[in-house]
Amino acid sequence: MVTINGEKLPLDGMNLLDWLTGHGYDPKRIAVERNEEIVPKAQYGETVLRDGDVIEIVNFVGGG
Amino acid sequence: MGPLLPTREEFYAALAERHGAERQARFQAAKVAICGLGGLGSNIAVMLARAGVGELFLLDFDRVDMSNLNRQQYFVEQLGMLKTQALPETLARINPYCEVTARTLKITEGHIPGLFDGCAVICEAFDKAEAKAMLVQGVLENYPTTPLVSGVGMAGLDSANLIRTRRVGRTLYLCGDGVSEVADGLPLVSSRVAACAAHEATMILRILAGDLEP
Repeated sequence: MVTINGEKLPLDGMNLLDWLTGHGYDPKRIAVERNEEIVPKAQYGETVLRDGDVIEIVNFVGGG
Repeated sequence: MGPLLPTREEFYAALAERHGAERQARFQAAKVAICGLGGLGSNIAVMLARAGVGELFLLDFDRVDMSNLNRQQYFVEQLGMLKTQALPETLARINPYCEVTARTLKITEGHIPGLFDGCAVICEAFDKAEAKAMLVQGVLENYPTTPLVSGVGMAGLDSANLIRTRRVGRTLYLCGDGVSEVADGLPLVSSRVAACAAHEATMILRILAGDLEP
């Protein structure tokens, strides 16, 4: 199972960019950590999720 | 002639009496970067200067506008000034011994390597979501061990109780309600923006004091 923002999902083998765009995330407005390491934006397309991965997606909103 | 300024020793002795000598020494030894001097950043800078943080590195590219005065720490007579000029004036009146460096710069990815060398904490206080994401991404890639405190979601006038601080991964702290977005037509209101700014400033001071828990 892959944990995304606290939710366990059967996503072993899933491409990160495909998952993000399929769930409405705009890569320009997010930051993604995988197992507490930042995933560089340029690597979303080549990142494959694996069982045991803990993914945190931070979705930024405007205002300040 | 105005009133005589307190000496550095008198000034810091008064702060140490409030905060405790050891905590105060940690605040004074630290350099903190604040990226964006709007509703979050100008309030955070004022709070950190009042707390006696030794060095502030301020970054912004904008000028003080009428639309800022509902929530940002500027004065009517500062309209039209660069924020990087206006805010240091105010900070000097609060804490004349805080070393303030201000840089007029619209930060892009390419600026980040080297920009924050020597900073104990980096604070994200931009207003645009894309700029926030760019800075957080760039800082986590280039400064993976430096605590980074970011403001996410403080628009509107929902309860201030929804604003909180949480940590993601090892070094990223997110302050805000996580969802309230200006683009949804929500206003930015002084008290709620300041509540988020206070979360960011408190987390920064906690980190400087040695407590990394959100």
